[in-house]
Amino acid sequence: MPGPDLIVRNVLWQDELVSLWIEQGVVQRLAPPDEPCSEGEQLHGGGALLLPGLIDAHVHLREPGFEYKEDIASGLEAAARGGFSAVLAMANTRPVNDSAAVTSFMRDRAAEAHPFGPRLHPVGALTKGLAGQELAPLAELAEAGCVAFSNDGLPVASPDLFRRAMEYASDLGLVVIDHCEDPVLAEGASMNEGRISGLLGLKGQPVVAESMQVARDILLAEYLDLPIHLAHISCRQSVELIRWAKARGVRVSAETCPHYLLWTEEMVQGYNTLAKVNPPLRTDDDVLALRQAVREGVIDILVTDHAPHADHEKEVPMDEAPNGISGLDTALSLSWKLVREGVLSPQDLCALWSARPGALFSLPVNRFQHGDPADFILFNPDLEWTVTPETLRSKGKNTPCLGQTLPGRVVAHGITGKILFHDVDAS
Amino acid sequence: MLWPHKDLLCISQLTAAEILYVFQVARRFAEINTRPVKKVPTLKGKSVILFFVEPSTRTKTSFDIAGKRLSADTYSLAASSSSLRKGENLKDSALTLQAMHPDALVLRHHQSGASEFLARRLSCSVINAGDGWHAHPTQALLDGFTLSEVWGDDMAGKTVLIVGDIAHSRVARSDVLLFTALGARVRICAPRTLLPAGVRQWPVEVFSDLTEACNGVDAVVCLRLQLERQKAGLLPDLREYARTYGLGARHLSKANPGVLVMHPGPMNRGVEIDAALADAENSLILDQVSAGVATRMALLFLFLTRKDATDQGDARGDQVESPQPQSPSLQED
Ligand SMILES: [Zn+2]
Repeated sequence: MPGPDLIVRNVLWQDELVSLWIEQGVVQRLAPPDEPCSEGEQLHGGGALLLPGLIDAHVHLREPGFEYKEDIASGLEAAARGGFSAVLAMANTRPVNDSAAVTSFMRDRAAEAHPFGPRLHPVGALTKGLAGQELAPLAELAEAGCVAFSNDGLPVASPDLFRRAMEYASDLGLVVIDHCEDPVLAEGASMNEGRISGLLGLKGQPVVAESMQVARDILLAEYLDLPIHLAHISCRQSVELIRWAKARGVRVSAETCPHYLLWTEEMVQGYNTLAKVNPPLRTDDDVLALRQAVREGVIDILVTDHAPHADHEKEVPMDEAPNGISGLDTALSLSWKLVREGVLSPQDLCALWSARPGALFSLPVNRFQHGDPADFILFNPDLEWTVTPETLRSKGKNTPCLGQTLPGRVVAHGITGKILFHDVDAS
Repeated sequence: MLWPHKDLLCISQLTAAEILYVFQVARRFAEINTRPVKKVPTLKGKSVILFFVEPSTRTKTSFDIAGKRLSADTYSLAASSSSLRKGENLKDSALTLQAMHPDALVLRHHQSGASEFLARRLSCSVINAGDGWHAHPTQALLDGFTLSEVWGDDMAGKTVLIVGDIAHSRVARSDVLLFTALGARVRICAPRTLLPAGVRQWPVEVFSDLTEACNGVDAVVCLRLQLERQKAGLLPDLREYARTYGLGARHLSKANPGVLVMHPGPMNRGVEIDAALADAENSLILDQVSAGVATRMALLFLFLTRKDATDQGDARGDQVESPQPQSPSLQED
């Protein structure tokens, strides 16, 4: 048996100090912290938390087409610093990722910019040009390396086309991710419809714009007996429908984002375009429902919906501003806030950000068992940082966190045993 | 009173005392408007930019006359003129305007929050002359001033009804804030399709039946109906709207004696209001127009002389504790 190539010493795994032994890119074992070994490189963890490399199943990396907002290199850099070993990149690029050429381009750019990861897994367009009229060549996209299909950003209005897409994708063994939004009910909205939109004089998006489409998807999934994954769920009514569907055995899975667990429509006061996101930030009651749903597993996974934009695009009146929050840099710190508030445990984080997204999209996951890919991060929860444009690795500085002090920093990141960076001394 | 605000963005930023102070100053300026020579040198050398990205002849003219009667130089930038047209990035407009060093900017914009957006980026005073569906504070102040000329400043015990498209009305939002601040009770009446989200949390009583809503009111404000609301599916047609929500004498029979009728204009006669009612003795519609000039003179005066008072305070290096009474100079030029 060959010795380890790398030993990460003195790290906390489930409240115990251990060392992580890695051989040839995979986990060999978790060993007692001081177990002697003369072989391999040593990295001292300084008591930081050991977590599996995170998987973000919903990001927008903007390349090709919108490189001024973000490119694959900068997006993956933000992912690496944020603790993500793999990301699923949505198809709303220009050109849209509806052909093998675009899929391959994205994968090549990722391999070139970050040869050791984070890994980029493209999500193929569900319909050509995301236009919602004709199916995209899903088989070609799957063959080129897409791991799921979605019209994210431009929901498919036709229930019939959506049904055919689910059926066709199932032959390929890949799941459809739906951005649940009734395009008519949601038209022109720049925030949640409710008390604040009424006072600010802004057109609001009612929660039923989301939940009606959630209901449609659930009923289709049950009728077809096919899986469906629901993107960035934002409100109580959707949660209740998903809970009902799961109890019936419908093959539905769902995601939400840290911002829906922490912030409400109040964030938009003062016409704060940095808090303009789709679906919009909702109310306290929705936040409570979502928190309970992630604890119970009704919501299966967390994602960032990383949506970087250039400053000048957000420095406009509310109606004109594009939707989106830049999320990769801040996601883990925001999640840690939820741990501090007692909403989630560190084990929940591992499930929500790693094990379950891995299982949903058939990606390798590190459970720190022999043979698992050695994708890991070291996280110092006591290290606080203030979010400024300079501290964000993403080109997108569009986050309502700007100026806030957040808990916890990723101090080292390894992917298949290669250390991308380490700054353990900062601990 | 030393005017404490840099900008006028929304009625919610004003206290009742400040609102009444605006009325008090407006009352003094109203007198100028009745003189043979309607001009005083009060704001000589001050420049006011009228930036109307959303066109509005009425409000712009009112501000223009108000500024000129106080001898301020007013400059109009229409939405269509030069680079400052609709579609230009508002931040770039702000930088361009800043470079012109105006003392005040009066902004009308089709987007809610536009005036707040500019106010944060400009060092001069920004006066919101209507932003999207959000606020129209000068209209509310002139509406309040018009009523105070009849009722006096204390509006406790009075009930004001606002009828029409509340959801898309910046006038309604600002009027509700102002009338309630002065102690009046406010009712609103509209079909549910024209009520804003969260209206149940507003400090108003909500009605859908106009006759019922008029019972015991002292004033009715009819709002202009944007004709495109029908195309947006919010109304069946104008005839039905006029039948159900067009104010007529039959609705007012149960109102309090001497009930007053108002409309921010421009009116669709026969839609929001019976033509005859608009011209009747208890109609204040033209008084509102006159009050508009006096109120805007008062506002320009307060915002444009505020900085001078502050600068003097700074120059003395101490806090302005007991500000010099700012009484408008009413000499003729
Ligand atoms: Zn989406």
